[in-house]
Amino acid sequence: MKEEKEVSRACSLKQSVNRAAYFDGLKVGIPIALGYFVVSFALGMQAKASGLTAFQGGLASFTCSASAGEYAGFKAIAENATYLTIVLASLVANARYFLMGCALCQKMSPSLPFRSRAFVALYLTDELFGMAIMRPGVFNPRFAYGIITITVPFWTIGTSLGVVAGNIMPEQWVSALSVALFGMFLAVIVPPGRKNKIVGGLVLVSFLFSYLASKAPFLSEWAEGSRIVLLTVVLASVAAILFPVKEDEERDETENTSVTEEEP
Amino acid sequence: MTHNVYVYIFLMWFSTYLLRAIPLTLFRKPLRNRFLRSFLYYTPYVTLAVMTFPAIVNATQTPTSGALALVLGVIAAWFGWNLFQVAATCCAVVFLSELWLL
Repeated sequence: MKEEKEVSRACSLKQSVNRAAYFDGLKVGIPIALGYFVVSFALGMQAKASGLTAFQGGLASFTCSASAGEYAGFKAIAENATYLTIVLASLVANARYFLMGCALCQKMSPSLPFRSRAFVALYLTDELFGMAIMRPGVFNPRFAYGIITITVPFWTIGTSLGVVAGNIMPEQWVSALSVALFGMFLAVIVPPGRKNKIVGGLVLVSFLFSYLASKAPFLSEWAEGSRIVLLTVVLASVAAILFPVKEDEERDETENTSVTEEEP
Repeated sequence: MTHNVYVYIFLMWFSTYLLRAIPLTLFRKPLRNRFLRSFLYYTPYVTLAVMTFPAIVNATQTPTSGALALVLGVIAAWFGWNLFQVAATCCAVVFLSELWLL
């Protein structure tokens, strides 16, 4: 009897943790969804230029969920590229997701079932990755489900609307909303950069090199997605060689931040 | 030769999904290698920083409003404002500054 009670208490505790994680995901997903809506709207305009219908644009967004990758794909479609070309374009523009997958799976419990992993992989976007990797403790798939629930519809519908409604939204609104995503990124990278000098320095160096790469004669002609891959591999490698992370350092960080779990 | 749009979309999805699913489903053991652990620890900071700048300056109607959003966004995040507050700050900065600048 007593045991049963304890088991059911443990179960309900686990349930409430999961529910909290899901709602956390929804909350975090609001600014992401807002940013997605704007970006996908612009993406829809490119889809239209490539000859896609609103349904096809929405379908591409619903399945791929990748801004730079879809953009590269739509460009290739516009050029009537071969099937091989579109595969290569997608692989290059999305290569960073491979790195992100490697980083995120380190946070997953080894017992996390295959189906959860396969499902999260469908929607492993830059934003989902950023939020999930910075969330203290072991990766909770419910948190990701929360983000996916609110963001994917906006991403999909935004693309379709972009195909249909091209230039209806006032320019000032587009302009203001387009920085929502970047604001979110800043909220993710700045606080750890303030706490850890090496991370802070690395963020500044990344800003600098990203700017230089966008101006450099040869690199600036690359697609943005490829530049991100190159800079990430080079800069994170250099940082890893110069400032290898001690294991207790990583643990420290998760412990410190887990105190502020209910933030934001 | 004309290509089928649905085949295009399927191939886009398939290549994107492979990149995401292979590490998440196959690499299940924790990494021991110190270099790789450090590399993966630094990866998100570099990626997000590289994606933010200079893109934020080019996203807005005038570079000045984007730069203002960057500076005030960094300040807001520095003082511990949460995700939604920082994002909203950046949007408001762009909207208001463009009322003046344009």
